[in-house]
Formats: sequence, C-alpha cells, structure tokens
Amino acid sequence: MSGINDFVIRFANVNGTGSASANFLFAKTLFRMGIPVSPKNIFPSNIQGLPTWYEVRVCDKGYLGRREGIDLMVCVNPQSLEKDVASVKDGGYFLYDSTKPLHTEFLRSDIHYLPVPLMSLCNENFTDARQKQLFKNMVYVGALAVLLNLDFEVIAQLVGEQFKGKEKLIQPNILALNLGADYVRKHFDFPLSFHAEKRNLTHGKIMIDGNTAAALGALYGGATVVPWYPITPSTSLVDAFTEYAEQYRVDPETGRKNFAVIQAEDELAAMGMVIGAMWNGARAFTATSGPGLSLMNEFLGLAYFAEIPAVLIDVQRAGPSTGMPTRTQQSDVLLAAYASHGDTKNVLLFPSTPDECFELTATAFDLAEDLQTPVIVMSDLDLGMNDHISEPLHWQNGRTYNRGKVLSAEELEQTKGWGRYLDVDHDGVPYRTIPGTHPQKGSYFTRGSSHDEYSRYTEDADTYVRIMDRLLLKFHKAATLVPEPEFYGDDVSAEFGIIYFGTTHHAAMEALDMLSAVDLTAYAMRLKAFPFSQKVRQFTERFDKIYVIEQNRDAQMRTLLINELEIHPERLIKVLNYDGTPITADLIVHKISSDIHSSTLIRS
Amino acid sequence: MTYIRPAFHHPALPQNELGYTRKDYEGSISTLCAGCGHDSISAAIVEACFELNIEPHKVAKLSGIGCSSKTPAYFLNQSHGFNSVHGRMPSVATGAYLANTDLLYLGVSGDGDSASIGMGQFVHAIRRSLNITYIVMNNGCYGLTKGQDSATADYGYVAKAGHKNIYEAIDLCGLAIELGAGFVAQSFSGDKKQLIPLIKAAMSYQGFAFLNVLSPCVTFNNNSGSTKSYDYIREHNAVMSGMDFIPVKEEITADYQEDTVREIELHDGSYIRLHKLQQGWNPEDKYAVVNALHKARASHEILTGLLYINNDQMPLHQIIRLTDTPLNKLTEQALVPGAGILDQINASFA
Repeated sequence: MSGINDFVIRFANVNGTGSASANFLFAKTLFRMGIPVSPKNIFPSNIQGLPTWYEVRVCDKGYLGRREGIDLMVCVNPQSLEKDVASVKDGGYFLYDSTKPLHTEFLRSDIHYLPVPLMSLCNENFTDARQKQLFKNMVYVGALAVLLNLDFEVIAQLVGEQFKGKEKLIQPNILALNLGADYVRKHFDFPLSFHAEKRNLTHGKIMIDGNTAAALGALYGGATVVPWYPITPSTSLVDAFTEYAEQYRVDPETGRKNFAVIQAEDELAAMGMVIGAMWNGARAFTATSGPGLSLMNEFLGLAYFAEIPAVLIDVQRAGPSTGMPTRTQQSDVLLAAYASHGDTKNVLLFPSTPDECFELTATAFDLAEDLQTPVIVMSDLDLGMNDHISEPLHWQNGRTYNRGKVLSAEELEQTKGWGRYLDVDHDGVPYRTIPGTHPQKGSYFTRGSSHDEYSRYTEDADTYVRIMDRLLLKFHKAATLVPEPEFYGDDVSAEFGIIYFGTTHHAAMEALDMLSAVDLTAYAMRLKAFPFSQKVRQFTERFDKIYVIEQNRDAQMRTLLINELEIHPERLIKVLNYDGTPITADLIVHKISSDIHSSTLIRS
Repeated sequence: MTYIRPAFHHPALPQNELGYTRKDYEGSISTLCAGCGHDSISAAIVEACFELNIEPHKVAKLSGIGCSSKTPAYFLNQSHGFNSVHGRMPSVATGAYLANTDLLYLGVSGDGDSASIGMGQFVHAIRRSLNITYIVMNNGCYGLTKGQDSATADYGYVAKAGHKNIYEAIDLCGLAIELGAGFVAQSFSGDKKQLIPLIKAAMSYQGFAFLNVLSPCVTFNNNSGSTKSYDYIREHNAVMSGMDFIPVKEEITADYQEDTVREIELHDGSYIRLHKLQQGWNPEDKYAVVNALHKARASHEILTGLLYINNDQMPLHQIIRLTDTPLNKLTEQALVPGAGILDQINASFA
C-alpha cells in the first residue's frame, strides 16, 4: 500500500523539547513540494516532560484524513519506546537515537531499524546545552530528508523564513540538518522504497489551522468585543484574533484599539459579556470547549429567550467532564443544540476545513444578528489545532454585514406602537432597538423571565405559549437561512446514504472511494448546519438505510436527526469513533461493510 | 398588580435644565412589598437622575435576579433595561459598556446576587475598573424565596423564623475597597438626604462606583433581633460626614466653616463636598478607611456616607486603550482589513 507519496510517518517526542517546529518544517516541506500532506498533533495535557506525537500522512490521492499503519517511526523519546516499536507496521522502519544502544527487548524481526546517533552528533557539534537538545530535532529532519528524498532547497528556504529577523540561527540549523543527512548517506541505502516525489497538487492552497482561520473569520466578520477564558483547544483561536487585531484594528494615528479582548474570570462571564455587547449593538464572540459550554448554558438560555444575538465557537474535545483535553471529539452536539434548561434550540454551524472555519465564523455574526439568537460554530481539536491544507481564505471587498432588524432613530420616529417582541413581519423575527438610539422611543426591559410582546413580565398562559411558538417559527426560518449541506458520490446508483459533518470529511471522502472500489455505492451528505433544511429532510427520506458517521460514543447527531425529523431509528445506523483520535477511512469502511455483510447474512 | 398610574402630566411640574420632569425618570409601579426599602432607593435614583440632568435614554440599567434586581423596572422607563441572570449582571454590564462607552451604566444588585451567587463576577468587575455605578440593595436576606439568610447577614442576628445566624457576614464595602474600587459608599434606604447626593456623586465618577445601601426587608428581616431592620440601622448608624454634590456649572458657596469642610473635585469638574466630618475622617486614606470599617464592625456600628474615593482611578476603556468611537458605531469600513490584506495573510500560510 505504501509507496511514492503514500506513507505515514510518526514522530515520538518529549513535550517541551522544541520538536514541534522541526516536525512542522518536515510537513511544510512536503506541502511546498506540492504533495498533499496532513499532519496531526497527538499531544498530552502537559507543558513539559510527557510523551507527544506528531503524525504525518503523505498522500498523492489527496486523502487528508488520518490513516492507520505507521511506515516510519522517528523515536526520540525513551519513555514511549515500547509502544512506539510496537506501532510500526510489518516491514516498516524505526529511526531512533542510537547514542545509547537499543535494548534487545525492543528488537522486532519484521521491521527495519535506522539507528542515528542524534545526541552524540549534537554533542560533537554544539556547545550550548539548550541547542544540543533543540538541534537533535533538526538532525532527524535532515536524516529524513535523505531517506525520503525531500528537496533540500525547500527546507533551506523554510528555515530562512522561520528565522527571518534572527538570521544568526539559520546557519546552525542548516548545519544540524546536514549532520543528519550526511549520516544517512554514509550508513544507509537511500531513499527508502516509499518516499516523496515533487508534485503540483498543492498549488494555490494554504496550510493553516482552523483556529487561526476562525479568528480571521471573526476579525473580518466585525467582532469587536472578545471576552474569553483560556481552555484547550480553543485558546489559540483568541490568541490568533488578538495577534491580527493588534495588527489590523489599531488606529494608526492614536494607537487606540477598535477592539476589546478581555480575559474573563470564567466562561460564564465570557458569555455574559458577549451577550451584553451584542445587546448593545456591537459584534462579539467567545471561544471555548466542552467544559466551558457546560458553564455557558445558563447564558445561552437567556440569549435564546430574550432574543439576543451571540456567537460562540466551540472547539470540541473529548468529554465528559474534563475528559481528554488534548484529544478530539464531536461530543458537544446535543448540549449545544439544546443548550440550557427549558425548551431551547440553538443554531449550529459545522465547518470541515479551515476555509470553512473562516467563512462560517464570519457568517455566524450575520445569522446571529439576523435571527437575534445564539449561533454556535462547532469546530473540534483536530480542525482547530492541526494544520490542514485548505483553499485560501476568501473575502469579497464590498461585502456588507447583515445587522438584522435594528431600528434607527429615524425609523423609530416613524414607528407607532413598537413592541420589542411583536412579530410584525410574521417570520418570527421581531424588531430590536439599541440603547441610546432615541430620546423617547424604543426603550424596553430585556428579561429572561416570561414576557409579552412589549417585553413586560407576564405569567399569562396564552401569551407565554404565543411567544414560545413564535420562537419555533423563528427556528423554522433559521432552517432556510443556514448553509445548505454538501453532497458527494453517486446519487443515481447509490444503494445507501451516508451522513456526516465536520472533520469526518476527509476520512469520509476516502471511505466513499474505498467502498465504491468494492461495489458498495453510497451517496453522502455533509451537514453544515442545524436546524436541518428541507434538503436534509429530503435526503433522509430518499434512502432506507443511512449510515451516520460521527466522532462520539452516543451517536448524538443521529439522535438530533431522529428527534428533529422524526426518522425511524432503524433507518439510521451508527458509525462511531470516540477514542479521541481523528476518525479514519478504514474504520468507516470496516463498520459500514461489516454491517452490510451481517445484514445480508440475516436476510439470506 | 392592577395599579394604573395616571398618564396625566401636570403642566406645572418642575423641569430640569433639559426640560424633563421627574415623571420622565419614573418607571412602572413597583410590585415589591409595601414599605420595602428598595422602593426608597428607586425613588432616590429618580431624584438623582432628575437633578443631574441626565438624558434618560443615555442610561443603561442592568440587574441580576432577586427583589433588588426587579427595581430597574420601577425607575427610568425611557432607559433600556436588562434584567439578566442571577449574579451575572457584572459580565453583561461589562460587555454592554465595552460596546458603547458613551452611555451611563447603572448596575443594580442585591446581597444574594452580589455576595453569593455573583461574588466572582462582582469581584472581577471591580478588579477591571468597570465604569459603572453599582448599587447593592442590601437587606441581609433572600426576600424573593421567603427570607433565608444571605451572606451579608450578621453573625448572631436572629431571623424572623427564630434561628440565629451562625456564619460571619461578608462586608461588601470592605471587600470593594480591598479590590481597588475607586468610589465606595454606604448608605441607608431611609436616609434620602444622604443617599441622593451619594448616587449623584457615584454617577459622576469615572470608574467603579460602589454603593452599598442597607435596605430593610419589611416582610422577612425587620424583626427585633435583626441587624438590618429600620430600627437597628437608625440606632447604629454612624454618619461619617454630611455630603453635598455640586454639579459642574454650579457655583460653590461657602455654607460651612472652612475647617469642617472637605471638597473633592471629580473628573467631570463636579464637586463632592463633605461637611460635619467625623474627627480624623479622611475618605482618601485607604488604610484609615479599612481600619475604621473593622473598628465599626467590632463595635456594631454601621458607617455611612462616602467611605472611600480615589480620584486617580483609570476606567477600563482607558486601561485597554479603547478607541473613542463606541465599538457599536464602527462599520465595515473600520472593521474589515480588506481582501488585499487577506491575500497577504494567505500568502504567509502558503
């Protein structure tokens, strides 16, 4: 299976030893060589000392999902040796630091060993203790460059870019690369049977993480108030927003800021500030992960019932509770959809790629203000924190914001009998006013308690039901405004359907091809939003059997589909991955084909 | 409630400089218990805003949950109001304020709302120097759920139900001073003469202005044995000074002898004039004020008046160097860096 531009390499490092930038250099080199590549961080919730892995899949066919089966393991962490040796597939390679000999218990007869004395090479050539450790990483990149036929010019160019402004560091880095390269040339046959070859498959693409892309989406989408509370894996999103805002949102004359980033005392306060700011007419958002979403439920309910726009980006991680903070999952679907006590429903958007993180985050502000309700962008750790090959981020100059039904002073002047929750247009969305707009008109008392059309407190049964039903009407309208699903595969001869969303995308695309190779033809729908549109309903009505692929234990999206569209549960079959690692095409194909075979057996 | 307030507007009602009458600052009819201290505070807010010539629509009034938090419905009908969730008003107010620093923010809370469920938010709003007038209507009990002790109930006080409070009280004023609030005052809902100028001064102050107003709960905490009853507060009230608030344009007249008067100029040019000062009392000396609060507590005295003021307080929007244009007025032109910049950003990831 492995061959030219088709292999998986895994790096086993110790957290906090500077391996991340060397590993990124390796992946970026392949990208610059025009080869599709997908790197994944598999890291601990730790700053220094624990094992961390970086996995890079190289794939000419452009499959960017994770793949099982490690062709080459680069092991610079004695702590995880045993596991790392065991994880190499038959016939694979194991590159390790041979400064100290490898214990015989780690020798397997079915794999090849590539001993490179990383530490002693560094000890001989560098004096500074920190440099000795850091350059160990560059030595193995140099070794890999020869073993895998990487373009040295590209590597040197990237090193130059990385150390722009710190030119002194370029030469020692190149030296370290050469130490590894020379060692390989002297001691091993090269390149390996599987290796890289230049292509032109990444031209015009970018390699970016979803959190940075979402942050830019918020910047372009007009976010000005950004309260937040640090939590993995969402932290880098607000960091990126701050970095770009400091660059592009500061008045050049006064040095004063057109944005306010506030580190809140907790996620409750972060959401409260978002709601306060959007109530007052500014665009605001916060980013969080599962535990933060749990805390924000109270405020999301208020925003839903009092009809205040709010934007939240949930970079999902493995739950429940603290769960696995550095592992990925799609396990907040139900909590987000029905956040808060009482009858509530929230608008959700599901990006699959960084360019969608950008676009859907910008769109979330329009939707939130148009619908006067919270909109939650459902990213995840895999999308948010890993670099992905993506289409460039796109913004059309002249694009305007949809601020929704907000009355100006002039409009208020002409309006008679305005009521904050009057459904004037019969579409479920009332007109709102921003504080300070008009001296006599448009003031009202926002409340999370039951209210009538004029925002007055009421416990009147009919009024309460009227308001709650209008909120449903508004949610039906939302289903017509949210992004439509995307469809893939053969819609004519398909025997069954597949539904998935978010970061399952790449694995699902690969699985579709693998299934059709064994004559299992499927038509797939990638959900991009909740509530579900007519197109989603039509798709679910088309097939007797639909596999719902998701990355959680309880098949939450399947539950949401069954609940909202009243589909018979038998027709929706679970395909689940919830071990915290990104889903693979192999898993999808295995589960779908074994289900098809077992049901064929039962029938015959 | 079925009360209807007559819409009749007497032509001879006195007007302030902006031409507004007191009626323009009123709210809906209160649904609190008759005699509730909170209603007196609402009335004082109406009077203070009238006298300060505030445009009602330039005020945003925000609250949490509880009897106190209902009151924003009972004053300033022409202001936007926000009755948020329990204990979370400070965060909503922070967001609102960041969106538009041109409005005056009036936060109303209670002892349950601020000293228990909302303690975290209360503390951090002070720490950030939120530009707000923050009034706690403090009755030492949970009125809306029928009189349970609150965290400001004094140790040993006897509740109406007959039990003694076995926990220490949280002193919100002492806490606010510790946390760096720039304006801290304590008053009594039954002392309109003291309360109105304090509210006016708080609303003119730039930074976190905290007002802890003891406000007896006539239904659940006005019994003998209570330390938050009308009688108890009147008996134990130690007024630290008399106080006048002198707006920007008003001429300062010398009504008092120089040696007993202390004048503090606020950033907007208005003055707080303290007179009949207690001996040695200096509201600008933080250490002395904290000391005095501890002593008062030991001797069961309730200090009222302007307790502490720091005129060098920098409000949040200045700390974070926010632009003068309210963020909610910025349009695409100021907010979108443009497609060209995005191309450059894309190139940095190629």
